Amino acid sequence: MNEPIHLVFGLQDWFSLFFHYLTLSLLSIGGAITTAPDMHRFLVDQQHWLTDEQFNASIAIAQAAPGPNVLFVALLGWNVGLNAGGMLTGLLGVFLSLLGILIPSTVLTYAAAQWGHRNRGMRAVRAFKQGMAPIVVALLIATGWILASANGSALKDWPVWLLTGMTAVVVWKTRLHLLWLLSAGALLGWYGLV
Amino acid sequence: MGFWACCDNCAMSTAPMQNPPKPQSLTDLFVSFTLLALQGFGGVLAVVQRELVEKKRWMTREEFIDDWAVAQIMPGPNVVNLSLMIGARSFGLKGALAALAGMLTVPLVIVLLLALVYAQFAGHPGVAGALRGMGAVAAGLIAATGLKLFGALLKNVLGLRLCIGLGIACFVAIALFRWPLAYVLLGLGGLACSMAYQKLKP
Repeated sequence: MNEPIHLVFGLQDWFSLFFHYLTLSLLSIGGAITTAPDMHRFLVDQQHWLTDEQFNASIAIAQAAPGPNVLFVALLGWNVGLNAGGMLTGLLGVFLSLLGILIPSTVLTYAAAQWGHRNRGMRAVRAFKQGMAPIVVALLIATGWILASANGSALKDWPVWLLTGMTAVVVWKTRLHLLWLLSAGALLGWYGLV
Repeated sequence: MGFWACCDNCAMSTAPMQNPPKPQSLTDLFVSFTLLALQGFGGVLAVVQRELVEKKRWMTREEFIDDWAVAQIMPGPNVVNLSLMIGARSFGLKGALAALAGMLTVPLVIVLLLALVYAQFAGHPGVAGALRGMGAVAAGLIAATGLKLFGALLKNVLGLRLCIGLGIACFVAIALFRWPLAYVLLGLGGLACSMAYQKLKP
């Protein structure tokens, strides 16, 4: 367990948070979750604004809640804000992170959607789609790996890896509703089995 | 309504459509997307396809696949991009914003409330354990999304071996070396795109 973090946030820090998400927004090909490893690197490893537990809880809560998974970004901002003060700074964190991650990508998507429709057959457009495909697939698997290893990387943590691996196979091969899996994970964790 | 209700379960929209159903208003868009978002636990895409294509018939399957391809290529959350484009189909920029707001507003409130509830009980070892377990499941879910998409690489112009090579390089750089995403996307992604460009030579 890490110690709780208490931050003193200046204007520059808020700006740096916002700016980091603005940049990540343009890189979030394949969904915001593909930038989760970079968010972890920035928020936890580099700036020490969040603990590993807070980072993982943000993603787990957003996954458990209904709605688009991008809301984990709002929770990361919420937790950074909480560490920097209280509820008000928390809401500021939500606001800055969500706007940061959404504005560039939505503007770009809106502008490009129609252009893309008209030029589907163009060689450069097809090359981009085809070229990025293996990268996007690998990024998703890498994200799963990083999340699992944040839970524990030692040999004694094998039940966590087993649960992650089994979930991946079940989701991949069956159409079982995710809520069952999340409930199973919660129960196993509650009783200290993972 | 009755006509459409009779083939709620059709996978294909084969019926000729003189007046394809459209969202009635910005409010209709907002409410519809709010309801979609609230049904989507751990991913909204499947719900969007079922509700908007098969039930409401706001768009054909083909239109959905076109939009989804663009939503995936563009940066940003795929489902957010998708709702933006669907909203824009009927009401332009206003529609895009209404759909986007519907997709995000209520779920954001719910997720923050959940986080608050969680904070009250965070000290309880059971809760910490439950979150740990759910985190492990969430990790598996994301990895599974990657595995599901792997099938799409079989038809890739780069060929399966090259795809696997690029994928492994990307995995090692991100998951093991923990390099910043920007370098990997620009470096490996740029390399992959230019190779694809060569292979697509007319």
